[in-house]
Amino acid sequence: MALRGNLRDITFTQILNLINLAKKTGTLIVEGPGQTAQVSFREGKLVFAQIEKEESNLATVLNKAKKLSANQYRAIMQHGSAISDKELGLMLINAGYISKADILLSIQQHCVDIAHRMFTWMEGFFRFENDMLPPDNRINVRLDLENLIIEGSRQLREWEQLQDEIPSLDMALKFIDRPGADLKNINLSVEEWRVVSFINPKNSMKQIAHATKMSDLNIRRIIYGLLQAGLVEIVRPSGQAAVAKIRSFPTENKEEQKSLVNRLINRIRSL
Amino acid sequence: MQTVKMVVTGPFSAGKTEFIQSVSEIDVVSTERKISSRGERAVKEATTVAMDFGRITVDDDLVLYLFGTPGQKRFDFMWEILSEGMLGFIVMVDSTRPETYREARTILETFRAYAPTPYVVAANKQDKEDAWDIEDVRHALRLDPKVKLLPCVATDRDSVKKVLLELLYSILAEMDNGKRK
Repeated sequence: MALRGNLRDITFTQILNLINLAKKTGTLIVEGPGQTAQVSFREGKLVFAQIEKEESNLATVLNKAKKLSANQYRAIMQHGSAISDKELGLMLINAGYISKADILLSIQQHCVDIAHRMFTWMEGFFRFENDMLPPDNRINVRLDLENLIIEGSRQLREWEQLQDEIPSLDMALKFIDRPGADLKNINLSVEEWRVVSFINPKNSMKQIAHATKMSDLNIRRIIYGLLQAGLVEIVRPSGQAAVAKIRSFPTENKEEQKSLVNRLINRIRSL
Repeated sequence: MQTVKMVVTGPFSAGKTEFIQSVSEIDVVSTERKISSRGERAVKEATTVAMDFGRITVDDDLVLYLFGTPGQKRFDFMWEILSEGMLGFIVMVDSTRPETYREARTILETFRAYAPTPYVVAANKQDKEDAWDIEDVRHALRLDPKVKLLPCVATDRDSVKKVLLELLYSILAEMDNGKRK
């Protein structure tokens, strides 16, 4: 029977475990939140991963890994977009720009990054296409799954805890008005400072994540730290319309609303 | 006939059903089921799976409905439905079970995200010997000093009345401040 289902019922980590144990060959296609990922395996080893609509060609991967400068990347994309990854790799090695090991390590890291993102997908349909492999022009790696599975389990636990603590990223943050709390005396990482610079009741956490280009997991990690340190608190974004679509009061008239609350108060007192 | 509603929420076994039972003029329409999880069954035998429903008739023209949310996390899809159109909400927390405080905090944040209505937190089972002090509960729940945290015994009608009244005072105060639309 085809391996298919929903991440709600079987997590990405569990699927990796199954592929590893059964030494499967094929491609796992996962429709995650707003994006689709394809992860290919050969005899239980990860060989390639890509997110649809995101560039995953070799030039992009090497640029992301800082193995190509911005100018080199631009030149390749302008003039060499028609050549395959394998051809480009050979050209770069022959020209002495980069080593074969660097290319393989960069692709491995790209695949690992995608897998890490997928660990945070809690819902989405998946199917495993037996024997479907990446196109021949793509450079494949051979990545053991054990470390990924351990890392995935760890991240899943952390993700569940963080989701419990910060259930919605639609809320905003504000600094706690507490005497003695002074950000200047606290050691924050560069990432934390980037988040701190956007903290304002007008910005939802989702907007901060977008502005700082952080994943849901990373933004939750940082905000959780700031919450635990008692530096910030969660508030409703200012200027945002109330979520409640159904009226609380049967009347729009303010005086009638007040009268209604006073009637409730009198009734409860008399119970 | 006009109707308004308040929601009583909180973790599993916080005392939501008892709270509503204490003041409802009708027998609480409770959808309780035997608990399947062994761990949770050690705490109590039955739990609310959809909602509790209580009623207080104010006069010929006005009725207050009290809705209790299911406590177990797997029924949290009901929360948003129940929160629609509420005047305010009460978060119940069992003062004797600090292991549920984190979940109470999560529920509080979730309901705040659903609707910007006033709320109070009721620290239930304050009559029990092993109940945490109210200020310790406040710290554990990371509640702002401005949030009303009220000692409560859900089986005692006067105690429940106090909690409901404090929520209504908060609603009134917010109207006076002009926040409420």
